[in-house]
Amino acid sequence: MVKWTEEERCIIRGVWEKVDIDEVGAQLWARALIVYPWIERYFGTFGDTFTTTAILNNPKLAALGKIVLAALDTAVKNMDNVKGAYASLSRVHYEKIKVDPEHFRLLAECITISIACKLKAELSPQVLSTWQKFLSAVVEAMSSQYK
Amino acid sequence: MSLTAKDKETVKAFWAKVAPKAEDIGQDALSRMLVVYPQTKTYFAHWKDLSPGSAPVKKHGATVMGGVADAVAKIDDLTSGLLNLSELHAFTLRVDPANFKILAHNILVVFAIRLPNDFTPEVHVAVDKFLAAVARALSEKYR
Repeated sequence: MVKWTEEERCIIRGVWEKVDIDEVGAQLWARALIVYPWIERYFGTFGDTFTTTAILNNPKLAALGKIVLAALDTAVKNMDNVKGAYASLSRVHYEKIKVDPEHFRLLAECITISIACKLKAELSPQVLSTWQKFLSAVVEAMSSQYK
Repeated sequence: MSLTAKDKETVKAFWAKVAPKAEDIGQDALSRMLVVYPQTKTYFAHWKDLSPGSAPVKKHGATVMGGVADAVAKIDDLTSGLLNLSELHAFTLRVDPANFKILAHNILVVFAIRLPNDFTPEVHVAVDKFLAAVARALSEKYR
């Protein structure tokens, strides 16, 4: 279980409340697919994901981005037991969707960068450090059922 | 961290000892990877049997070591030598490059187990650098 100080909780919530799920979510997967094109392997049923233009305008990707951030909201609200909150999600990603957990790490990086675009200098080194500690816990929870 | 002339000589000399056991080593390394790093199983959903020493694991272990043997032969220019393999991994297989390091580690472990007297620290460093260079060449076409 990850331990959070009161200050860390404040920082994480402070970052999260500035994130517009619709806005950031819509572009999240576009960024991930453009930066890490090999994750296209999961998107065979998403229509055109092969050119930058198609990726930026793909409605299924936009919808999925919002779903992912809604799940992240669950993690923010269950900071003291992300592992428990994400157990079945982890299992589904392992057994059904067969996602390489390295890609949780890559997506987390894209989330951070998207947030950096929004928060700019507010994402000070200390805030960034705490936010990334939180995302590491999320990634670990997502990887927890891979056994 | 590029390969020195000494590294290349060391790798080629060590490979001469590996070659007769290459298929077996490949099968062992792959078996271990699938057990110790279960996330790597996500790339083999199309195999019926992922257990250590199973038929698909044996076959694929041999394939992988064939690729490494090829890389040894092309050690002086891995990037061009492994271009086709890079395209295969980047566009068809789409294996995340992070997994190259995982497999390399398991190969090193099996080298140590099977050739304990030959896998000295000096050989270890040259082979580690070599496998890292192979991974880089394989990643070339990804983006």
